[in-house]
Amino acid sequence: MSIRGKAHIAGAHEHPDRKIPDKSIAQVHAEVAIGALNDAGLTMRDVDAYFCAGDAPGFGPVSMADYLGLRNLRYLDSTETGGSSYLTHVGHAAAAIAAGKCRVALITLAGLPRSQPGQRPDGVRRSAAPEAGFESVFGPTTVSMYALAARRHMHEFGTTSAQLAAIKVAASQHAQHNPRAMLPVPVTVEEVLDSPMISDPLHRLDCCVITDGGGALVVVAPEVAAGLPRQTVKVLGHGESPKLADNGRIDLTRTGAVWSGPRALEEAGVTHADIDYASIYDSFTITVLQAIEDLGFCDKGKGGGFVADGSLLAPHGRLPFNTDGGGLCNNHPANRGGMTKVIEAVRQLRGEASAAVQVPDCELALAHGNGGSLGTRSAAATLILGREDA
Amino acid sequence: MTAPGILRPAPLPAPAPPVNAETKPYWDATARGQLLVTQCADCQALIWYPRAHCPDCASPRTRWLPVSGRGHVYSYTVNYRGEGPYQGCGPYVLAYVELDEGPRMMTNIVEAGPEALQVGMPVEVVFHDTGEGSALPRFRPA
Repeated sequence: MSIRGKAHIAGAHEHPDRKIPDKSIAQVHAEVAIGALNDAGLTMRDVDAYFCAGDAPGFGPVSMADYLGLRNLRYLDSTETGGSSYLTHVGHAAAAIAAGKCRVALITLAGLPRSQPGQRPDGVRRSAAPEAGFESVFGPTTVSMYALAARRHMHEFGTTSAQLAAIKVAASQHAQHNPRAMLPVPVTVEEVLDSPMISDPLHRLDCCVITDGGGALVVVAPEVAAGLPRQTVKVLGHGESPKLADNGRIDLTRTGAVWSGPRALEEAGVTHADIDYASIYDSFTITVLQAIEDLGFCDKGKGGGFVADGSLLAPHGRLPFNTDGGGLCNNHPANRGGMTKVIEAVRQLRGEASAAVQVPDCELALAHGNGGSLGTRSAAATLILGREDA
Repeated sequence: MTAPGILRPAPLPAPAPPVNAETKPYWDATARGQLLVTQCADCQALIWYPRAHCPDCASPRTRWLPVSGRGHVYSYTVNYRGEGPYQGCGPYVLAYVELDEGPRMMTNIVEAGPEALQVGMPVEVVFHDTGEGSALPRFRPA
């Protein structure tokens, strides 16, 4: 059984704000839920499946379902894989819809890390993890775990800081066309390299922004999509995979995209050459580089050259990416970038990206997320999405 | 109980790890200046991080095994922004060390300036007392 074409994304909404000092996290979940349902032309009463991750406050998906007023639920999923959770949710929702378990799935994300720094979501208790004592005592931070991966990639493949910087430069070129972007001013390779070192070899500008905000998606059955006024986007393929530390055999240069990418492409029945646009999770520049290689857009170890020659620039690069400016320049709500990856892919397929970066005749998009840490344990999820007529 | 001459004063914060029934033998050994891993009694795999079953073959029969404490740097980073116990401690080196016996473990590199660090450099274990009956296995140039 395949999910190919058996579910559509009918609604997508990104919270417009990047700093939200005067609202609760639950409130932002509700705002984006309403935004996505309005986009789809549906209401809370139509929703029969609810998906959320560890950023949702309270008891799994139940507190938020209650808060939102979702009275007709028959399917719940609170899979928590960090920033990739929401791509995973789209895949799970499509599978549930294809199996007849539900017809209208709502997925929400929200968080306020800019206004409320240092607060971990309820659903994330890493201090209780079995590995915690063997790692946390040495002072790993989010940035430093990605820095370890970047260092090893440089050692094995000769990747340079300037090549990593080219990823930020491309994102910033796109962000200048997004009036809501947190960092709307284009930067140069030199400016990235001159920004303060956070965890060697990653500079401040190798990192994503920290923003309040959120996003939501509505995934529906084809017969529901057929009755809606808005253009929808077809879910064509989905793949996911954790990447484990694997009993002391940790490999910092490869991610779960090695497995999630081929699964998604195979299910969709498409190849790399068919992909018109890619949303690629960009918590850090190295996250993008490894994903591009592991998804197979270039040979392993050749990502540095690939990104340095302008391949990522929209609308005419070989692989136009993150045309909203991505997590690197636009938005990284709740410290989780998967939701906005799907939302920008939906915009591209609907022809609703910013005009300067809209990929002409965009028919097939890939959206990829990587949650957790490249330096320890992570979870990859890849979606292949198609225009309604794809 | 600590053995004088083995435990060294910590130049870095040395937060005490969470210890439970499964991991207590490991941490008790660190306080004696000994680095242990677990080993599967059936498939003989070394197990890192230590645990009571074998993640390679699912055997519930494992035993504690001392290792040499020697290895080389698999990757490292100089982190300028510590958090939690490391907040404000200044730059420090987070690393993965590949033990001579095979497993790659997270640790800190100490007694080496940033300019001396290289992937592949040989290192040996030192133990930094947490003050709570355990010590952190860190590594210095060998």
